[in-house]
Amino acid sequence: MTATLIIDIATAVSLVIGAVFTFVGSYGLLKLDDPMKRLHAPTKAGTLGVGSLLLGSILAALGRGEPSLQEVLIVAFLFVTAPISAHFICKVNLHRRSCDTPPAPVNDTTWSTLDTPPTGAPKPS
Amino acid sequence: MARFRRALLPHPLLTLLLIVTWCLVSNSIALGSIVLGAILGVLIPILTLPFWPDAPKALRTARMVGYMGVVIWDIVVANIAVAWIVVTRANPAMRSTWVVVPLDLRTPEAITVLAGTITLTPGTVSADLSDEGHALLVHALDAEDPDAVAREIKDRYERRLKEIFE
Repeated sequence: MTATLIIDIATAVSLVIGAVFTFVGSYGLLKLDDPMKRLHAPTKAGTLGVGSLLLGSILAALGRGEPSLQEVLIVAFLFVTAPISAHFICKVNLHRRSCDTPPAPVNDTTWSTLDTPPTGAPKPS
Repeated sequence: MARFRRALLPHPLLTLLLIVTWCLVSNSIALGSIVLGAILGVLIPILTLPFWPDAPKALRTARMVGYMGVVIWDIVVANIAVAWIVVTRANPAMRSTWVVVPLDLRTPEAITVLAGTITLTPGTVSADLSDEGHALLVHALDAEDPDAVAREIKDRYERRLKEIFE
């Protein structure tokens, strides 16, 4: 009796935490004004938000007596793929110059996204 | 024997990971799913070998687990900090800035893990790599001192990754 009650409470708490961070992530996406700043909001919703919701799902399945670990797989795939999409959005921002020009890198000449041939250069025949 | 092993299992850890992943996907640890996972775990590394020819030389798995613990803890702490900034701070008051992190890491796998870690911890997003791969461009949402952010990334993550991969 008490064990199921504790699991129910833990499920509810993690669902609320996940919902709060997903909400703050969406709010940040609306509120922030710069393309690069806006990118910070989904990383919040994508990590602790989804992670906490899935923890609630694991706990709920445990409470029903049919434990499942597929949620761990969802978190793993999300953590592996989310940085790549964020990285590509960054690259598009840099490429279109829709953000502040970054400072020059140390030891090297330029950033790889900005390393483009000068526009208007004659085409190699 | 070693050559035979390398031809059959070019990435032994990837094989193990694929078996575990397959068992999680099918949500069972019955013999049937382990065998099917093993078949996939042998076939997929061989088929994808042209894209990933050189396996990292050393990989300290125990330290990798410790590193994941540090990262998960940081994700939770940074989430709360960034959520507080987003909710309470007005847009012009955020000192968002670029941070240049000089890299000591040389292996591509280690740099990939470092860039992914920086993006996963809220408040920082890794944006670009310099043309020769000696520096990483990071965007910070609210940073008083860009050099302090770069120092923290180097000290907290890069040092550990260097121990794991190199």
